[in-house]
Amino acid sequence: MQKYSGFGLLKHALTYHENWQRVWRNPKPKRKYDVIIVGGGGHGLATAYYLAKEHGITNVAVVEKGYLGGGNTARNTTIVRSNYLWDEAALLYEHAMKLWEGLSQDLNYNLMFSQRGVLNLGHTLQDMRDIQRRVNANRLNGIDSVALDTQGVQEIVPIMDCNANRRYPVLGASWQPRAGVARHDAVAWGFARAADAMGVDLIQQCEVTDIITEDGTAVGVDTKQHGVLRGDRIGCVVAGNSGVLAKMAGFELPVESHPLQALVSEPIRPILDTVVMSNHVHGYISQSDKGDLVIGAGIDGYNGYGQRGSYPTIEHTLQAIVEMFPIFSRVRMNRQWGGIVDTCPDACPIISDTPVENLFFNCGWGTGGFKATPGSGHVFASTLAKGKAHELAKPFSMFRFHNGALIDEHGAAGVAH
Amino acid sequence: MFYIYCPYCGEHREEEEFHAKGQAHLARPEDPDACSDEEWGNFLYFRSNPRGLYHELWVHAIGCRKFFNIARDTQTYEILETYRIGESPNLSQSTEQLQS
Ligand SMILES: Cc1cc2nc3c(=O)[nH]c(=O)nc-3n(C[C@H](O)[C@H](O)[C@H](O)COP(=O)(O)OP(=O)(O)OC[C@H]3O[C@@H](n4cnc5c(N)ncnc54)[C@H](O)[C@@H]3O)c2cc1C
Ligand SMILES: [Zn+2]
Repeated sequence: MQKYSGFGLLKHALTYHENWQRVWRNPKPKRKYDVIIVGGGGHGLATAYYLAKEHGITNVAVVEKGYLGGGNTARNTTIVRSNYLWDEAALLYEHAMKLWEGLSQDLNYNLMFSQRGVLNLGHTLQDMRDIQRRVNANRLNGIDSVALDTQGVQEIVPIMDCNANRRYPVLGASWQPRAGVARHDAVAWGFARAADAMGVDLIQQCEVTDIITEDGTAVGVDTKQHGVLRGDRIGCVVAGNSGVLAKMAGFELPVESHPLQALVSEPIRPILDTVVMSNHVHGYISQSDKGDLVIGAGIDGYNGYGQRGSYPTIEHTLQAIVEMFPIFSRVRMNRQWGGIVDTCPDACPIISDTPVENLFFNCGWGTGGFKATPGSGHVFASTLAKGKAHELAKPFSMFRFHNGALIDEHGAAGVAH
Repeated sequence: MFYIYCPYCGEHREEEEFHAKGQAHLARPEDPDACSDEEWGNFLYFRSNPRGLYHELWVHAIGCRKFFNIARDTQTYEILETYRIGESPNLSQSTEQLQS
């Protein structure tokens, strides 16, 4: 693998950037792998990377029906934070946060990881009590977290309307300074490139149409383009399509697929240097390095696979944004899109074995899995390598919906993200 | 944007008047105490979540406030029919969904 560096950039400038190595191979699939990963989003690619790097398992295929990172990874608003309420979730997301902090160097790929901080606003007394509780819980888990009052928020975001007379006054916020954003595509590409360099086969334009089982054990997948690929272990990381894949294997999951939308404005000069989220008025916003305002909201209430949602949701989202930032009321929106998120009843993911032997699922990340990408891949790789759940993944078994050990993160997951 | 026919009001109304309430035709176990954890968990949480034909409970929240069912394609979002609680859908080839 060609190493990327400032010097390399200069060197390639001399040949008009025409001699860059391909970022990954485009291999013909082998018939048999140690591990097959279905889904080439950030989580699937991270899983492949850590399988190769930490467990020395390189006879791995990532099978992707479209192009790498073209699912929710490409569609998300890239908020990264770890200030979750419950220990199980906080440890998992903080595990990811620690990996984010060294990831660009680790992958030799600029992920544009920017720890610009995240504010989660409170607009009611109950919001403020919940924030206080969550901040305290975070600190007990060693996660940087601060409770701010109105003035504290105003100091961080001078352009926000913190007037007490507003319909939804800003009473304060939780503030995680280490939180921030990262470049979504770069995350998928960085993991893909590094996994490919260690021998992982990235197979794009290859849709899994069936999971092949023999006596209750998964032995491979059938694909539309390349026929049957056999694998000793299969890991499904297909986000919104998890229910479809589970059905192929003959069981149901406690997830439902919903459209989640986002939109970006025309690029404007730097005006917002942090991330602002509000569960109560239901909107969140940051500004990308290109200058566009990146805006998102909650899911559409109905199930859907169409990668688009309803206009009323967009309207509500912009109402929330303009409520918080009247200064943005005349900014024009440029693009709008939807992804299909797999929501779980307790707003926590599923990283789990399944009723089918040798078949594992990593799903249910819903509206907020981007932040977990490296952590999710890391623990799922261990789960696939050893055939049993990584310590941090144990509480996230799908069977918690049978034994009742749910991890209710609706408060911290909030609107989303 | 859905334009939904409420079978009680007998009119098409905009999506904003309605809320989706999840999978339709889920029968609560007759005797919950007799259920295993698995059966009860399946009833509470596990869903068919299909890509394609889906039967879904909706409520006309700021209209007549009544619950009814919609048969809808979750890929194209096309609404195929709406029908009252207690009625059966015409499109019932998805019996597996109706049972689960
Ligand atoms: C609008 C929006 C905003 C969001 N904002 C945030 C945010 O700010 N912060 C945050 O943390 N999270 C956010 N999320 C959630 C986040 O995007 C996801 O949780 C995360 O990206 C999931 O990654 P993944 O790799 O599991 O899924 P994906 O990136 O969706 O990858 C799954 C892949 O599986 C492939 N696939 C599906 N079926 C098959 C098949 N049969 N065969 C082969 N391949 C298949 C798909 O093509 C896809 O590429 C947001 C999501 C959306 C939609
Ligand atoms: Zn009605």
